[in-house]
Amino acid sequence: MVSFTVNGKQRQVDVPPEMPLLWVLRESLNLTGTKYGCGIAVCGACTVHVDGTPVRSCVTPASAVAGRRVTTIEGLSERADHPVQKAWMEVDVPQCGYCQSGQIMSAAALLARKPSPTDADIDDGMSGNICRCGTYQRIRAAIHRAAAIRKGGAR
Amino acid sequence: MSAPVDRVLRAGAEASSEKSVVLANVSRRRFLQGMSLGGLVLAVGFRSATAADEPKKYGADGMPNGWVDNPLAFVSIAEDGTVTIVCHRSEMGQGVRTGMPMIVADELEADWKRVRVAQASGDEKRFGNQDTDGSRSTRHFFEPMRRCGAAARTMLEAAAADRWKVPVSEVAAKNHEVVHRPTGRRLGYGALAKAAATQPVPARATLRLKDPKDFRYIGKGQLKLVDAVDIANGKAQYGIDTRLDSMLYAVVARPPVLGGKVASVDDAEALKVPGVVKVVRIESSPPPAHFNPVGGVAVLARNTWAAMQGRRALKITWDDGPNASYDSTAYKASLEESARKPAKVVRNDGDFAAASAGAAKRLQAEYYVPHLAHATMEPPAAAARITGGKCEVWGGFQSPQAARDLVAKRLGMSADDVTVHVTLLGGGFGRKSKPDYGIEAAVLSKAVDGKPVKVTWTREDDLHNSYYHTVSVEHLEAGVDAQGKPVAWLHRTVAPTIISTFNADAKNEAPLELGMGVINVPFAIPNVRIENPEAIAHTRIGWFRSVSNIPHAFAVQSFVAELAAAAGRDPKDFLLEVIGPARQVSPETLGDTWNHGESPERYPVDTGRLRRVVETVARESGWGRKLPKGRGLGIAGHYSFVSYVAAVVEVAVDAKGAVTIPRVDVAVDCGPTVNPDRVRAQMEGATVMGVGIATLGEISFKSGRVEQNNFDSYQVTRITEAPRVIRVHIIPGGDYSKPMGGVGEPGVPPIPPALCNAIYAATGKRIRRLPIRDQLTV
Repeated sequence: MVSFTVNGKQRQVDVPPEMPLLWVLRESLNLTGTKYGCGIAVCGACTVHVDGTPVRSCVTPASAVAGRRVTTIEGLSERADHPVQKAWMEVDVPQCGYCQSGQIMSAAALLARKPSPTDADIDDGMSGNICRCGTYQRIRAAIHRAAAIRKGGAR
Repeated sequence: MSAPVDRVLRAGAEASSEKSVVLANVSRRRFLQGMSLGGLVLAVGFRSATAADEPKKYGADGMPNGWVDNPLAFVSIAEDGTVTIVCHRSEMGQGVRTGMPMIVADELEADWKRVRVAQASGDEKRFGNQDTDGSRSTRHFFEPMRRCGAAARTMLEAAAADRWKVPVSEVAAKNHEVVHRPTGRRLGYGALAKAAATQPVPARATLRLKDPKDFRYIGKGQLKLVDAVDIANGKAQYGIDTRLDSMLYAVVARPPVLGGKVASVDDAEALKVPGVVKVVRIESSPPPAHFNPVGGVAVLARNTWAAMQGRRALKITWDDGPNASYDSTAYKASLEESARKPAKVVRNDGDFAAASAGAAKRLQAEYYVPHLAHATMEPPAAAARITGGKCEVWGGFQSPQAARDLVAKRLGMSADDVTVHVTLLGGGFGRKSKPDYGIEAAVLSKAVDGKPVKVTWTREDDLHNSYYHTVSVEHLEAGVDAQGKPVAWLHRTVAPTIISTFNADAKNEAPLELGMGVINVPFAIPNVRIENPEAIAHTRIGWFRSVSNIPHAFAVQSFVAELAAAAGRDPKDFLLEVIGPARQVSPETLGDTWNHGESPERYPVDTGRLRRVVETVARESGWGRKLPKGRGLGIAGHYSFVSYVAAVVEVAVDAKGAVTIPRVDVAVDCGPTVNPDRVRAQMEGATVMGVGIATLGEISFKSGRVEQNNFDSYQVTRITEAPRVIRVHIIPGGDYSKPMGGVGEPGVPPIPPALCNAIYAATGKRIRRLPIRDQLTV
């Protein structure tokens, strides 16, 4: 039995302690916004926040989040209105969309750390997230846009 | 792209499609259920467009089950005014769930804010061809979807005229309501829905289509993606997200070598893994591979993690079969040997041998492109259940009708008893036009008495058992005159054919491969000889975004640049000279009988359009501008999927040989556009994929097994390696009666040669073998 907070709610799951958080979220808690892409922490599709830090849930054992606060894409905002989500929609970033929850979670963590990221900061913060559709140019633009939204800036 | 497969699969399916089909209660109920909507709908007869009694058909007419333009299949209006438009093509990132309904909504005069999009299940009799590949959706369905919207609008207008007892000529639909012009009376679409349902569907010939100047959505590009919010908040549903009550989760141990079988399996340890429920053998099918599962041993469990642990605990001995010696290094050598000997002639203009012998100078080069895997971010995944003799399958399928037919065949059921629900695809790129994973899910459900089963492929599974892009050697020779201009051109292309996946004996490239930028190259060269040596496939060869255009464009556009360099000429000027003056070339005179399935009259190879994208991209990129040391510009232009795309890549190569790409300019002429922002997005994405193919991508085989396991060894472009700036220049499409071209694929082929030409400009080093990887490393 592992207890932790997911998107503000206390949850208890009866899973082996070594089961990766990814599968706990997707299959025990039906939070399928967190995606499987590689299983070895090289693609970023499974990115969630643990106590505010971006982690790859596919290699994070359930036991490692016991007592911690996990935020998934479903919990990033109430109405898809986090600055990153708003910017993503403004810029029409997604193509197939599959990697985008991981991209958004990485971008949100980056902005929390670096409110005005440079292109180099974006490279550092986002190079762990693969987008096979190749939406990187728009991801970069949307992160800059989200930074402006966070500061209350209009367009 | 899958025309021949469709023929194989569904040759018999077209015979009855000419019949008038009445939407009886059964169909109607299914339709409504599918959309979970109350409100309208009408029940009338409709005709689908494919006829078996005419000779050669092109475009959508030539596709299995053709097109349907009946509003009853695609449009419903609820009494609250909500308009639901069915999208019958699969969404894999190209934006079709936005673009296709936009066309209907525009002609329907619907207010986009009150439009919902419903996804069709696999049912081509009802919706027309659903095979979402070949960059065909918009060009094949623009006209039918316009008529669909116009017909529904006409029915609403007729209903309003009846209500007001006025001539229909006095009413007009506008922005979700019908207006009686003389009196200004108005009725909303919701209020008219029921009455409109009783109106006959107007005859096609009587339809009034909008004047394109009145389009409110088409060509404007101001609409947001219909799935944008769901994607941004994680609610978008892909095949891998399917969840059914009491569902079991499966992973499969598949033969590592194509044609391999299980010699023995010991599942005792696997069954001890907590959560594992059952171990099931999936029988392999005899060759050809087709879209069949490759067989293996499945572990079914209470969750995917347990299934994975169970699979790890299986003790399997494989009988690898005849492909166990497949080795990429040896195979490359054998392709090279074939490419250096005369072979089957597939195009012969003039006399290459004589012209080459008499040329001032002769040049030759060989180019290699390895196998590639699509590596869709969502690996293949599907769920199935069987209840009451009916099977339902959920998954991201590019060809849901093929999934339906093949599931039915494998289970020994009628296709009428199989429903394929189409989810979003987390990437397709041609991988998901092969529904083997859907068949696996159905087979596994059957093995547990119809209980729901979801099969998930791990990334390793995806890379080890894909339908790979072919592997090829392109051998080119040219004889040039005193000015360096080619007067004789030989192109020998050798690659295992996609047809081998459907006919194990196939050894030559098919018309659909030769017609991808090898025989249909419209250069102004009088003596052209194209040859195609045989090659035997040892793995499943399949469509990969832009398909054979990748190696062909890489070779042709690199070789033209090599000739330019040998002549001491500017590559752009030289390319334009080789293309020659603006003219329309019949693909038939080039020996191209395929022409992407389109009419040779309506879709000639237009060198004027090819010139124009080259000239446009040169101008927009500042071709010829001075660059610092270590930087260079490269150009390439290519015709594919009846669209014209040219690219200029700017590279920077540092002292250690590391390549970065500050900027790429792309010019595209795809004819008139429906959703220009998605055209732009596709070009951006194709550029990134093209960069990945050029710099990183390679699937190699040793002892019949794929050597790459995951994204650590099969590398794809990341944000750090992607071009920093991609500028897309869309050639204005002109009027909407002009033929449309493809968009999803034609952006890829020019990128690898433009990149390698840029590297040559920057460093003097010519890349002839992809991927570049460490070839420049000092």
